[in-house]
Amino acid sequence: MAEPLTGEPKLAVRGLRVRRGGTSILDVPRIDVFPGSTLAIVGPNGAGKTTLLLHLALLERASEGEVLFDGRTVRGRELALRRRMAVVFQEPLLLDRTVLANVEAGLRVRGVARGARRERAQRWLARFGVEALAERSSRTLSGGEAQRVSLARGFALDPEILLLDEPFSALDTPTRTAITNDLATVLSETRMTTVLVTHDHDEAARLGDRVAVLIGGNIRQIGAPADVFGTPADEEVAAFVGVETMVPATVIERTAGLVALIAAGHTIEALDAGPFTEALVCLRPEDVSLAPAGEHAPGSARNRIAGRVSRIVRTGADARVEIDCGFRLTARVTRRSLEDLGIDEGASVIASFKATAVHLIPK
Amino acid sequence: MDLIWDALQTAVGLLAHNRSDVYEIAVRSVYVSGLATAISLVLGIGIGAALAFGRFPGRWIVMTLVNTGMGLPPVVVGLFIAIILWRSGPLGDLGWIYTTKAMILAQVVIATPVITGFTAASLSALNPRLRLQVYALGASRLQMLWILLQEVRLPLLAAIMAGFGAAISEVGASVMVGGNIAGQTRVLTGAVLLEQSKGNFGVALALGLVLLAMMITVNALFTWVQLGIRRDASRPQTNGRIGDVPAVRTWLSR
Repeated sequence: MAEPLTGEPKLAVRGLRVRRGGTSILDVPRIDVFPGSTLAIVGPNGAGKTTLLLHLALLERASEGEVLFDGRTVRGRELALRRRMAVVFQEPLLLDRTVLANVEAGLRVRGVARGARRERAQRWLARFGVEALAERSSRTLSGGEAQRVSLARGFALDPEILLLDEPFSALDTPTRTAITNDLATVLSETRMTTVLVTHDHDEAARLGDRVAVLIGGNIRQIGAPADVFGTPADEEVAAFVGVETMVPATVIERTAGLVALIAAGHTIEALDAGPFTEALVCLRPEDVSLAPAGEHAPGSARNRIAGRVSRIVRTGADARVEIDCGFRLTARVTRRSLEDLGIDEGASVIASFKATAVHLIPK
Repeated sequence: MDLIWDALQTAVGLLAHNRSDVYEIAVRSVYVSGLATAISLVLGIGIGAALAFGRFPGRWIVMTLVNTGMGLPPVVVGLFIAIILWRSGPLGDLGWIYTTKAMILAQVVIATPVITGFTAASLSALNPRLRLQVYALGASRLQMLWILLQEVRLPLLAAIMAGFGAAISEVGASVMVGGNIAGQTRVLTGAVLLEQSKGNFGVALALGLVLLAMMITVNALFTWVQLGIRRDASRPQTNGRIGDVPAVRTWLSR
């Protein structure tokens, strides 16, 4: 999605602080949601994601700091502004009525005339593929159907800002994939200003134009998905976004845009990223290739490290292989590759990865 | 057995020929208890919602009062209302003592805690995030309350039945503040009490049968409405079955 990420934000937070029981649970100096774009807020459980969303949705009032809508404070006009937004929660939270009445409920409280209500409700139910359920009681729906109805209810409100609070986390994988695909299409078509709260990296990368990483109530990094997932700002962000190998290293040489570092006795080459001498070498498991020791490892990877397989965890079609090479290096390969290569626990292997796959966090 | 048989014959005769003003007393009973239930419904829903959703100083005191009120002895209510409305009492100038107004007031005091308790319990049992969702739909505070009350319509119907039942079946308070005056404040329960004390078992039985029939009719009506709601919902989950009255004291710990 190409969208303006500059100019006046549609929704913004300035100096938001939330304390509960004397403890700070949220401290967000600044966050901007630009018109027509999707901001994905990711973070582990308990990071404060939902609390931040509830403040953005004007469902909780900030005791310190403020929320701005179109550049103006929301204070005193919360109800009017809530009627320009829509929120879809993790649970569908449908009313004990028919599906159609549920989708019409928000339009009804916003004073939309009966005919327009019906038309919009039916249109959005159809858009999410659940128009056949219109007369069914909400109590008889499956989890996936109910969440589709919940999304239709949100979009039918034609909001200026849509806020999604982990809307797919309670669904099974095929249903989640199907609904995420539908939502991605609708967001791309409507260019609706959206805030998505999730702990799922793939969802954030798929739907977000920008990703904000919230850990311990603080925004630790915000930027394009490729930047956040590829070049995490610190160790905790790296761990959260899926970097599994992190090893302290010392710079020993710099030549032609490359930097050589020594980590646990191994020399690792990476793209030079600044004038530091100590750094944390970060590697994503999917960037590491494996070959049995003694065989020629194919490819042009500059880094090749010998080690012994200490553990293999097979998950679905993939396998996560932990290699002891003085530090723990993790690789993710397909189960078929593992079988073809004849690699098992205790085997000696060569792990290889490109210099461009290495991300360095200066220490 | 003769006593019962004679009483039944007398009762049938009275009902068939409307002697002893049976139907006039019945209509007055419905008027007094119906109006008292309606007033209690407004008060009970308001206080119940405040207890379920609000966090205010003294909330636990109100909860304690409501819980106590649910088992309040009608004679104690009658005594207090009588003292307040007595000609020399604080509200004596109103001139309500020995009128249907005083009876309605007494029945409101009896029925309101029952409806409050049911309302608070059923609203507290809702998913707390549903309230956030309704606000997020753009509802004002009143719209939110109206939508959530519709969510608890089955237990709310049970609350109305319980409130009406408590009001129409009590005798002590109505007699104490109404005076059981023929043609003015005599209701079915008071009339049964009076006729039984005079040994007129036939008349007492006739009045008792009318009271019983009225309660069965009212409850049958509400039950029919409840069943209709259930059929419409065709729900597989349980959320307010017939008789699925929420544990009225569970909200106390919330």
